[in-house]
Amino acid sequence: MSWAQRSSWTIGLLGLLAILLVFTKIIQPSYGVAGIQGLGISILPLGFAAVAQAVAVIAGGIDLSIGSMMALTSVIAATLMDGQSAEYGLAVVIGVLILGLVLGAINGSLVVVTRVPDIVVTLAMSFVWAGFALLVRAAPGGAASPWMMNLVIGPFGNPWIPKASIVLVIVVAVIWIPVARSRMGLSLYAVGSNQLAAFRSGVPIGRTKVVSYALTGLFAAVAGLALTASTSIGTPVPGPYTLESVAAVVLGGVSLAGGRGGVFGPIVAVVVLQIIQNDMTFLSFDPNYALVAQGVILIGVLVVGSVVESRRARR
Amino acid sequence: MNASVRTNEWLTAAAWRRLFRDRPIVPLMGLLAILVLAIELANPGIVSPEWTGVIVRASVPLAILAGCQTLTMLTGGIDLSVAAIGSMAGFVTATLVHSPGGVAEGIIVALAAAALAGLLTGIGVGVFRVHPLIMTLGMSFVVLGLSNVWQLQMVQTGAGVPDQLRWIGSSTLAQVVPFSLLVFVPLTLMILLGLRRTGYGRLLYAIGDNPVAARLSGTRSWQVLIVLYVISAVMAAIAGLLISGLTNTASVSLVDTSLLPAVAAAVIGGTSILGGRGGFGGTIVGALILTVLTALLTVLGLPEPTRQVVFGSIIVVVAAAYTRVTSES
Repeated sequence: MSWAQRSSWTIGLLGLLAILLVFTKIIQPSYGVAGIQGLGISILPLGFAAVAQAVAVIAGGIDLSIGSMMALTSVIAATLMDGQSAEYGLAVVIGVLILGLVLGAINGSLVVVTRVPDIVVTLAMSFVWAGFALLVRAAPGGAASPWMMNLVIGPFGNPWIPKASIVLVIVVAVIWIPVARSRMGLSLYAVGSNQLAAFRSGVPIGRTKVVSYALTGLFAAVAGLALTASTSIGTPVPGPYTLESVAAVVLGGVSLAGGRGGVFGPIVAVVVLQIIQNDMTFLSFDPNYALVAQGVILIGVLVVGSVVESRRARR
Repeated sequence: MNASVRTNEWLTAAAWRRLFRDRPIVPLMGLLAILVLAIELANPGIVSPEWTGVIVRASVPLAILAGCQTLTMLTGGIDLSVAAIGSMAGFVTATLVHSPGGVAEGIIVALAAAALAGLLTGIGVGVFRVHPLIMTLGMSFVVLGLSNVWQLQMVQTGAGVPDQLRWIGSSTLAQVVPFSLLVFVPLTLMILLGLRRTGYGRLLYAIGDNPVAARLSGTRSWQVLIVLYVISAVMAAIAGLLISGLTNTASVSLVDTSLLPAVAAAVIGGTSILGGRGGFGGTIVGALILTVLTALLTVLGLPEPTRQVVFGSIIVVVAAAYTRVTSES
């Protein structure tokens, strides 16, 4: 399969994104630099959360504890960084990223050791991580290091390019591309598409699953840091990120059955969903219709997908 | 089989495993008894008829929501839309309290809206084969969004939880027997008999156990699934009405905090998320266990965060125990 065929879903989404941007410019002629900058910053946490979910789903799992891990890493970062020097803040960031890896590895090990379905284990662990987040800090507070906020807020050179989007693309590329190109990346897709076949081909199933969840935890920690950086505080209560990340992953062309898709499709899906929400506001619709639209789009895409699939199967 | 053989059988690990596998409700009742004993030891004198009434009253809506999960999980699905639908039902009824039809109109509108949402979910899952997790998630976005719109439209009319709902949700007979059992007992009988004695119940197990075999045996799964998700949505609405009466609040996010405990109660009760295994009896005990556990952790003076941590850990342990005993046979 050529690159274009494999990425057809993402290319389609990018086309939709372009159409939506043109549409936005038509209904709101003043949409420009400020709008793009706002968009860049508002998609950052969910963008990373969607990547985190994509990694788990590609390897044939699902992680319902992403929102809780984000809350935990976000409050820890905001609490430790409050009033400290920039160097100390950097050490906290590194510590929190390692913590994310550990949290994810615990999720993965539990899935492997107990053999309980992924969805049940991560659902239960979502209570555990959210509980720890509330133990760290009962109410929203703390602060982000100023350099972290500078890192994501504002334009990068050209006023049209938000720093946040550069951060999103670079961080995801730096972590994901080496993994995806390596043996481990192949194992992730192999385990996700057919666990038995992967096992018989000599792929270590348990280790691969633990690595996939550890990567999910790492990206969830990045998402938590992004949350702290963009809001400048830590919030112990999990946001709507877990379920929205599942929605973004599905819209981004990652099959829930595992083994198919990438991490950039879900990011584009997050941007598309956010623009639709903005357009709803510009059209002075009740913003709550954006939520309805999100549900309808989510269902609609899958219904169309399943109809196409069954047509193809019948032929 | 004489008595002595039976005694010997009890001593073997295999017999214990068989007990867990075939009659999970027995060890679950044991766990519940241990928890009740623990709470009595932690705070002597707390266990009384009144206390039991409070526990049962709190467990009823949770058990109904867990029932939605049980029924859908039997077919290998799950219903994440129960929180949005339940909240919507309580909220719509509260906003329609001053309408000409009064409370009855509110409840009818709420149940009809829930049934419509369930019908659409069922069509998505049954006819278009959308993954139940995604279908119910999408439906919950739609219902929550529309509830928010409704909230903004109805904000002038004034709203309040009607007295009738407060009565059935929170009042008790002689401080002991909650009136919500008037709803719960008939519903439970219908589900238990429906699952054990009717063809429809057997079809739910069949579809979850082996969808291909069920189809080849002539089951029209799409019809079964559409009916299933309508039932689930209506049960979610009933639970939402009871919670709204119990807490005397109506909000579009009222039931959200009960969604994950409902899934947990079904899992603890022995229903497999992979389908084909489980039942409503275990789920009811699972809901009671979670409620008593919450009460125990409160009595022990543990703060809410610690409770969540313990809660999550117990779900993992119990689910792991089930997986172990059911797979080693």
